[in-house]
Amino acid sequence: MKKTLILTTALVGFASAAHADLTVMSWGGAYGAAQTEAHVKPWSAATGNPAVMVDADNPAQPIKAMVEAGNVTVDVASLEYADAVRLCDEGILEPIDASMLSPAPDGTPATEDFFEGAITECGVSTDTWANVYAYDTTKFTGDNVPKTAADFFDLEKFPGKRGLRKGAKAVLEFALMADGVAPADVYATLSTPEGVDRAFAKLDTIKSEVVWWEAGAQAPQLLADGEVAMTTAYNGRIFGAAIDEGKPFQIVWDGQLYENELYVVPKGAPNKDQAMDFIKFATSTEGLRAQAQHISYGPPRTSANKETLLYKDGKTEMGPHLPTNPENMKNSLLTSSDFWVDHDSELNERFQAWLSQ
Amino acid sequence: MAEAATPLLTTADGRPLKAALAAAQSRAKRRAFMLVLPLLFFVLVTFLVPIGYMLKRSVEHDGFAVAAPALDVWFTENSGFDPANPPEEAYAALAQDLARMQTEKTTGLAGTRINYTVPGTVSLFKKGAREAKDLVPPYKEALIALDPDWAKPALWRGMAAASHVYTTEFYKVASDMKLTDDGWARGGEKDRIYLYLFAKTFFISGLITVLCLLLAFPIAHLLATLPMAKSSLLMILVLLPFWTSLLVRTTAWIALLQEQGIVNDALVGLGLISDENRLTMMYNMTGTIVAMTHVLLPFMVLPLYSVMRVIPPSYARAARSLGATSWTTFRRVYLPQTLPGIAAGSLLVFILAVGYYITPALVGGADGQLISNLISFHMSKSNWSLAAAIAGMLLVSILLLYWLYDRLIGIDRLKLG
Repeated sequence: MKKTLILTTALVGFASAAHADLTVMSWGGAYGAAQTEAHVKPWSAATGNPAVMVDADNPAQPIKAMVEAGNVTVDVASLEYADAVRLCDEGILEPIDASMLSPAPDGTPATEDFFEGAITECGVSTDTWANVYAYDTTKFTGDNVPKTAADFFDLEKFPGKRGLRKGAKAVLEFALMADGVAPADVYATLSTPEGVDRAFAKLDTIKSEVVWWEAGAQAPQLLADGEVAMTTAYNGRIFGAAIDEGKPFQIVWDGQLYENELYVVPKGAPNKDQAMDFIKFATSTEGLRAQAQHISYGPPRTSANKETLLYKDGKTEMGPHLPTNPENMKNSLLTSSDFWVDHDSELNERFQAWLSQ
Repeated sequence: MAEAATPLLTTADGRPLKAALAAAQSRAKRRAFMLVLPLLFFVLVTFLVPIGYMLKRSVEHDGFAVAAPALDVWFTENSGFDPANPPEEAYAALAQDLARMQTEKTTGLAGTRINYTVPGTVSLFKKGAREAKDLVPPYKEALIALDPDWAKPALWRGMAAASHVYTTEFYKVASDMKLTDDGWARGGEKDRIYLYLFAKTFFISGLITVLCLLLAFPIAHLLATLPMAKSSLLMILVLLPFWTSLLVRTTAWIALLQEQGIVNDALVGLGLISDENRLTMMYNMTGTIVAMTHVLLPFMVLPLYSVMRVIPPSYARAARSLGATSWTTFRRVYLPQTLPGIAAGSLLVFILAVGYYITPALVGGADGQLISNLISFHMSKSNWSLAAAIAGMLLVSILLLYWLYDRLIGIDRLKLG
């Protein structure tokens, strides 16, 4: 509430003070800081236009409220994939012409250079994050370390508790991939009642050993406390704990689900042309590389993943830590927002019923 | 008559005394009302209006009716149609509406509304709307060729119901009903969750209330009977956790009770249990009950204390001197006098427990979920109507309990401190 108040005050003050400034709205925290350093400041320096970053708990909510109230004060917003698609369907966002985006340094057009699904009708991806699983390297050593999604479900070879996010999304897909379903077939399988039963049957094999977590910060905490031997988590959280805090965590890049985060322009943005120019600048190969130096979320275009990237500490190579690294993407799946828009309620009811059995 | 002969009492300026008194009193009443006016306004704005709005949301959704006007008209004119085999005109209206949704960008709105009762329809509507302008008559064949799901009787039942702005469908979903091809029916065993969670929430809340009462009664008695200096010191111990943030107390319990936590470490250290057989006290029902009982304990201690403090000790002494045993004294003399405190504390704890969200979310694990966790899930997935329907059912059941409580114990006996 306090945050909303501050935000509203800031926006009201801002709306009357400077209409010429470009306003970017993002999630705050380490993520917002990365975008400020990598996109907002350099764009401002390159074009001479002032630009400001404002924070929101989830930018999708204020954006929708602003457009519906006809008082838009934000030019560019950073949204989750599902929100970007939903708001685009509802006519809240400006369509973005993909042909105006910067080509790769070697001249490949942006539409071919970006990963599949990274450019949508109303948004352009800035980064890719993944739902991975990680284990405690002090518990499993030598050759006997988990390497595949199936190992997560192998209680005999790798005894110990498991952490899983309490919810149907990402858990069911992960279970199916661990059961041997190829990533390309996961959603087709999950669309059938037998496929859903198969996913739950796989989860049944570890149900007694699972510690369910809900907030993103809980997963690395469970692992650090020794409560679980391995847990699924957002890859940035594990990276932060391992690199910044030196925890003995190792990510297993197999059977993970990844998702894109996008820049969008709300309908009626006061500086629409500058907003488009900002998106072009930020989603160029260099712009995306700059962001990935601050946070371990991968740049979603091929050309940005070619050369070695260093973390802001100046010594950690980002490549092995990014969800977009070709080595890490061998057996992975892009979360289908279409599938989950259709089935979230239904599968979650089933999931909750299964949990309480 | 004698009364008529009595001279009328008047004030110094000649007005009848009764009228002058009434005028003076009504002025005082108006002033008193002005004093409570801000509170009344506050309660209205922050309490009654949001609850009314929530209840309205639970029966009202115009997403589909607005996005599909042609179908709306058709459904009104043909309310007795056969969902198993809708005629060509129905499909023509649907095709017209789909094309309209595409231009007006209302596909998401309409599809989401139908998806609430018929899963899988958001993408069906999106696909239909994209292709709508290229469809040619007969629309029935064209749409079914596009996706056979357009012929599903459940879908037509769902659309017909959704064309009404006011609906009871959300309450049906919240009662574990599913819209099938043959109409509403009880959901499959694997999907039933809401009524079970309601029952579980009430059972757990009742259990927590009893635990709080058992723990709080001796503490409150001790506080009420100790000399003032000692009892205020003890009171701090009750109040300190009460003043501490809920999140801090919940996570403190995690640190204590988890498998690698302090309690388990101590038990292993003392050799009472082996390292492999550490007790699982967190991320399950036990964890939820322990943490919630602790968090809610002060709400039981304080009303009990305030009632016990004013019970004169001479009553108990009198009972003893008249030959009652200590148990009889407690049962027949002391306990009845604490009833208003027990009633108030139990009601407070129970109602707070029924709506608890954050503690079960953090420590509940697999089987420690309560109904509020599902309300929160549907809020975050912007199915506000279903969330409102579940919340509405919760509100009604609490009001029922309150009514029952009033009949059995009497609300005037409540003493909050």
